Amino acid sequence: MAAARTFRVLPGFNLTLGYTLGYMSLLILIPLAAVFLKTTELTWGEFIDVVTAPQVVATYKLSFGASLLAAAINAVFGLMLAWALVRYSFPGKKIVDALVDLPFALPTAVAGIALTALYAKNGWLGQYLEPIGIKVAFTPLGVLVALVFIGLPFVVRTVQPILEDLDTELEEAATCLGAQRWQTFRHVILPILLPALMTGFALAFARAVGEYGSVIFIAGNLPYVSEITPLMIITKLEQYDYRGATAIASVMLLFSFTLLLIINGLQAWTAKRTGRDR
Amino acid sequence: MTHSLKKSLRRSFAALAFLTAGAAFAQTTILNVSYDVSRELYKDINPAFRAAWKKQSGADVTVNQSHGGSSKQAGAVIGGLEADVITMNQSPDIDILVERGGLVAADWRKQFPHDATPYTTTTVFLVRKGNPKNIKDWDDLIRPGYQVIVPNPKTSGNGRYTYLAAWGYALDKTGSEAGARDFVSKLFANVPVLDGGGRGATTTFTQRDVGDVLVTFENEAILIAQELGSSKFDIVYPSLSIEAAAPVAVVQKVAAKRGTEKVARAYLDFLYTPAGQEIVAKHDFRPRDPAVLKKHVAKYPNIRTFTVEQKLGGWATVQKAHFADGALYDQIVARK
Repeated sequence: MAAARTFRVLPGFNLTLGYTLGYMSLLILIPLAAVFLKTTELTWGEFIDVVTAPQVVATYKLSFGASLLAAAINAVFGLMLAWALVRYSFPGKKIVDALVDLPFALPTAVAGIALTALYAKNGWLGQYLEPIGIKVAFTPLGVLVALVFIGLPFVVRTVQPILEDLDTELEEAATCLGAQRWQTFRHVILPILLPALMTGFALAFARAVGEYGSVIFIAGNLPYVSEITPLMIITKLEQYDYRGATAIASVMLLFSFTLLLIINGLQAWTAKRTGRDR
Repeated sequence: MTHSLKKSLRRSFAALAFLTAGAAFAQTTILNVSYDVSRELYKDINPAFRAAWKKQSGADVTVNQSHGGSSKQAGAVIGGLEADVITMNQSPDIDILVERGGLVAADWRKQFPHDATPYTTTTVFLVRKGNPKNIKDWDDLIRPGYQVIVPNPKTSGNGRYTYLAAWGYALDKTGSEAGARDFVSKLFANVPVLDGGGRGATTTFTQRDVGDVLVTFENEAILIAQELGSSKFDIVYPSLSIEAAAPVAVVQKVAAKRGTEKVARAYLDFLYTPAGQEIVAKHDFRPRDPAVLKKHVAKYPNIRTFTVEQKLGGWATVQKAHFADGALYDQIVARK
């Protein structure tokens, strides 16, 4: 019994645990429980009808599909960006570094309006893209663009500190031992970065799934084509269908929670495999 | 030390209480919860009413206004926003206040003239200058390859009126429900973007350069033509359209609680006075007062209109048959 008690340098374990649980309940668990509670006002049959309506299912596909894709794109390009920011010095680097955080700070509606203005057929980019058959504004592609935009900082900011800690000596050692560049990346750098990269991916994904403000302006919002799930929820709310709205919200929450659990599990697994699970 | 502190605290509390009470007696405040694009209208109405009320009763009144998508606004009032009066652009958003919590009297339509609608507008077309696609009537909107900008009928009163106007026109033309359904299906197949509200649709059409025609309220069309210069857009009046009457009501439960019933009622009555109607006309809505309407007749071309009550059996019926989940509108967009 006494052996199970580990010595802690700082006192107050019970206090902090209690505080953490209380705080979590107040901020996260109680509001989410309210969502589920409101949903229970529907019978099981009604619930299934609402959340499996074809129009709603079409929004799940777009929301989760585009979010996963956007997070994947951000994982690749966010990693490259973080790499450039850590490893190279170039004029204006500080500014670029600060720019990365802008999607965090910008009101999402502003981002949405700016992107739409840019990609509409009379916009700076749209006027060149539309003639060659690439329509961005008011299509699902526009949704993807907005989600990539808002998700970028997550990957950069999670990977950056790990890269900063990463000694170039490791790479030099790998090269001395005869590793090709690709082998160095694949077997030395990537395993170290992977947990952080996955955290960044998960955060970018989670943010993208819930994103409403920026997407709504650029999506076009056509039923079965470019409607995202949060729009479906807002639509229900505006028709005073609070129960239907919370039903869809619960499904979204469950989906996201499951996906995040899987990603966290994967992350723990890779961390263990590479021996960085302390 | 502590004793005197307590004493002075108590004193200041007493003073504060006295002050606020005094302010409450001298100053009545009412809140008008309204829809999105009536902001400018009520900004002009409020000071005019304030002056009229001062003259009539000798008391000062401050009218605060709150604007947003009309269903969202009604939702806020249901949720506890203390509105003394509510001014909307479609009656379902007031009926819901009768249904949920009995905030508004069931007979609210009878409490003011014209079914409690002090002004109207109608659904018209806005086309690009010179009307390059030669759009004259509803039939032109369903031609293949034409792009029509309409806000989402599920979330916007404006979009709802457009949908119903097209439905009514097609009902007359084809003489059957099936014909109307086919017509409206074709129309919505031509819609490339569905914005959440009327203003959003305006932006899409005027700023993003999307679409051949914007179907919207007449007041919005006149405003666009004025603000962006009539050199860019023309207004086209279809052969038949819908009368979009803007309903108003006293939120009785709140007004009774706050003791503002009389001033709330006077506020809505003011909308019907010649002075109020003049302001209404200034903001491009069609006034109910025939004399005022006549004065501004140049602005409002004659157009044949029908009402939801006349042709479509009233809002409750329309709501159930067209806009409920899985009803006609959902079926129409699903077939695309």
